[in-house]
Amino acid sequence: MATNPMHQFEVYRIGPEIKIGAIDISFTNASLFMVISSFAILLVFNLGSKKNSLIPNKMQLLAELSYTFVSKMISDTAGSKAKPYFAFIFSIFMFVLFCNMFGMIPYTFTVTSHIIVTFMLAAFIFIGVTIIGFIKHGLGYLKLFVPSGVPVVLLPLIVVIEIISYLSRPISLSVRLFANMMAGHTMMKVFGGFVISLGIVGGWLPLSFSVALTGLEILVAFLQAYVFAILTCIYLNDALNLHH
Amino acid sequence: MLRKIFIYHVPLSFLFIVETYAAESGGMPQLNPKFWISQIFWLTVTFGFLYIVLSKLILPKISANLEIRKSQILENVEAAEKQRKESEDKIKAYDKIIQDSKIKAKNYYNQVREKILKDINKKKESLDKDLNEEINKAELEIKDLKNNSPEKITKIAIETSNDLIKQLIGVEVNNSSISAIVEDLSKRNKREYHGN
Repeated sequence: MATNPMHQFEVYRIGPEIKIGAIDISFTNASLFMVISSFAILLVFNLGSKKNSLIPNKMQLLAELSYTFVSKMISDTAGSKAKPYFAFIFSIFMFVLFCNMFGMIPYTFTVTSHIIVTFMLAAFIFIGVTIIGFIKHGLGYLKLFVPSGVPVVLLPLIVVIEIISYLSRPISLSVRLFANMMAGHTMMKVFGGFVISLGIVGGWLPLSFSVALTGLEILVAFLQAYVFAILTCIYLNDALNLHH
Repeated sequence: MLRKIFIYHVPLSFLFIVETYAAESGGMPQLNPKFWISQIFWLTVTFGFLYIVLSKLILPKISANLEIRKSQILENVEAAEKQRKESEDKIKAYDKIIQDSKIKAKNYYNQVREKILKDINKKKESLDKDLNEEINKAELEIKDLKNNSPEKITKIAIETSNDLIKQLIGVEVNNSSISAIVEDLSKRNKREYHGN
């Protein structure tokens, strides 16, 4: 059972069963790591913002660098109008990043390797961005589906394609993160299993591969969080500055 | 690059999924809807909590810290600029003072020099004048003496010769004849004296 590479994604209940009516909202290992990630983020940034010294200490530097990194990312992709959504994008980025990074610790659970979690985040972003677009531009937001400078003959086709691409945004956003995390962790588990099965003679090759893969996965963990956040910014940019 | 990772990972992962599907009837645990609602609930709770605390408490603090640092640095730069300007002004003022005092010293020196020169000139003039007066006086005296001396000498000579003649010969000689002789002699002497 332990060699099954999918076993690590198993969700199980921790503590008592909590039920509201027929709905089961029990605390699970997934919930545990969501809570751990959130509290880790709050701890780091609370420590980083507690003391304001002119020359920042390590935690303060970390917090301020993250702040300026996300703030620059938003202003680069979505402009100054996206400032009110800074806190949300910052939270999304940090949440995904910390969940990914906690998943890199052995015997932990990767929250973002579950399609339901990433899909909920992506769906929330999608719905939120659509509402913002309609509030800012009214029905003019539908112009998003009609790119300028397209021949009239092609217009019906283009509009259909645009609508499909718009509607597939939450799916692509969620599947990208979920598949990356799941595939990476599965691969690592598989190579770990190879190390055991090949033993001391042949196990060195998959071991070295596993080590290299760990580095790659840490990179992917950061990169996917960044991609998730920057795509959110890009969608937000579409809704705020309609220029198609 | 992301696309590359994605392309490489997905087919591989599906291979494993198929394998595990064969090994275990559960398949992908992600697709088991048993805990979906629970995950959605806890995601909403934790992320909502995270968002609220970050946006209300922590991020404003970080932003304020950054702002404070920025303004403080700007202030410091401004203060440094101000002080630099002040020191430059002071250097200028210092230079000016030195220049002024140099000019003053020069002027003073010149004044004193002129005054001293004037004094010297004045004193020299008065001295010259005095000297000239003295010389003139002396010259006048000398001239007087010069003018008077021959007559006196002649007179003395006449008297002396008269007395001598009287004592020697006991004869009273006419004064005028003696004086004619004395004058004749003194003239001859004078000519000899001046002839030198």
